[in-house]
Amino acid sequence: MTDADFAFLAGLLRERSGLVIGPDKTYLLEARLSAIMRVHGFKGLEELAAALRMIRSESLIVQVVDAMTTNETSFFRDHAPFEKFRLSVLPALLKARAGQNRLRIWSAACSTGQEPYSLAMLLREQAALLAGWRIEIVATDLSERVLERARSRTYSTFEVQRGMPVHLLIKYFEQVGGDWRLKSEVGDMVEFRPCNLLGDLRGMGSFDLVFCRNVLIYFDQPTKRTVLSAIGRQMAGDGYLMLGGSESMYGVSDAFADVAGLRGVYRRADARPVSIFTPGGTAAPELAAARATIP
Amino acid sequence: MTIPDIGYPRLCLVVDDSTTVRRIAGGMFRDLGYIVAESASGRQALEMCREVTPDVILLDWNMPVMDGITCLVTLRAMDLAPQPKVILCTTENTLEKIGIAMTAGADEYIMKPFDREILRDKLIQLGLEAVEEEAA
Ligand SMILES: C[S@@+](CC[C@H](N)C(=O)[O-])C[C@H]1O[C@@H](n2cnc3c(N)ncnc32)[C@H](O)[C@@H]1O
Ligand SMILES: [Mg+2]
Repeated sequence: MTDADFAFLAGLLRERSGLVIGPDKTYLLEARLSAIMRVHGFKGLEELAAALRMIRSESLIVQVVDAMTTNETSFFRDHAPFEKFRLSVLPALLKARAGQNRLRIWSAACSTGQEPYSLAMLLREQAALLAGWRIEIVATDLSERVLERARSRTYSTFEVQRGMPVHLLIKYFEQVGGDWRLKSEVGDMVEFRPCNLLGDLRGMGSFDLVFCRNVLIYFDQPTKRTVLSAIGRQMAGDGYLMLGGSESMYGVSDAFADVAGLRGVYRRADARPVSIFTPGGTAAPELAAARATIP
Repeated sequence: MTIPDIGYPRLCLVVDDSTTVRRIAGGMFRDLGYIVAESASGRQALEMCREVTPDVILLDWNMPVMDGITCLVTLRAMDLAPQPKVILCTTENTLEKIGIAMTAGADEYIMKPFDREILRDKLIQLGLEAVEEEAA
């Protein structure tokens, strides 16, 4: 493949999904696009690039962009963020929203659905605390392919064992052939929609909590900054944002501020200070009380 | 979550009639810093537990001399303080079988085939392994 072909494909990907790939990653293009090339009868990346240059076939572009996404995920991925949500962020939000009894949560690059379904199970486990609350979980991704899988609510034996304790498997899944399907009491809590984080996010409405994990890593700095600002505008003034384990706000965006003691948890920079329980830290008395009611 | 530092390596007992499973699972535990003991039968596993109680047992279900469930039920009736954590690790993969194992006193359940990620996740859930916080 010529440098020009590479630059053309890389440019297309960056423009459509934010994905940045360096010239050393030609093998990644080869590997991930080989199925598409086979289906369309292209002999190599040169032919694919040539075709895309001549006819801007939207459906081919969408397939290429989709195939280049990394969809790696698991239930309760990394464990710690879900504990931070359960022990610190959720109690703080329940206190802040008491009276309205309403929470809106966004899983902003949800892949095959394990992240929003983990949140749904976690909330379901707190049913006593959440009686009378209306909780909306909106889960989005660029890729229609992963959304389709997420909507199927069906996972392999391997997938349900990654990160998920067996008591949740027994409680919330039913066995279908060799696979496992989430029961509707959890499945119905999540609404899946397509959404490109590079696009206009204003239609998403306002969220109390945004999980935006392991997607910014694929973007360059200016794109990260733009996306974070756009997400910030869809957050309640006192809402929370949670990033992935290797992602940081440092040097990227000043729209957000850290929550002391909770790595990976952020609030809008213009948010009023709040006291929040941190494991090992000191809790404000009222939040410690809220935490004490969580089993 | 804070993992209590017990000051010495944890002891794990891998019980499986397959040499391959014992070797591979044992290796995964060793990589996590455990001292590993092995047994090919439920009966031998019980004898070993009478001498020294492991922190965790990875227990196969189907074994010729004494099956995992019989072993587990007998173990739970033994006067051990504390009782070891038991992870059933088997090709039995139906909700019904999982229910039987949990009723018999299992703490966790792994359906074969599994990998080190799954094993580590289960140990984290049992409070035996710490969660790594990636450096930001
Ligand atoms: C590695 S997965 C992360 C899944 C989950 N959040 C987690 O942490 O396990 C990254 C996801 O981001 C999606 N993605 C990539 N670029 C995107 C964009 N511009 N807008 C929305 N989603 C995007 C991919 O399709 C992929 O499913
Ligand atoms: Mg066996």
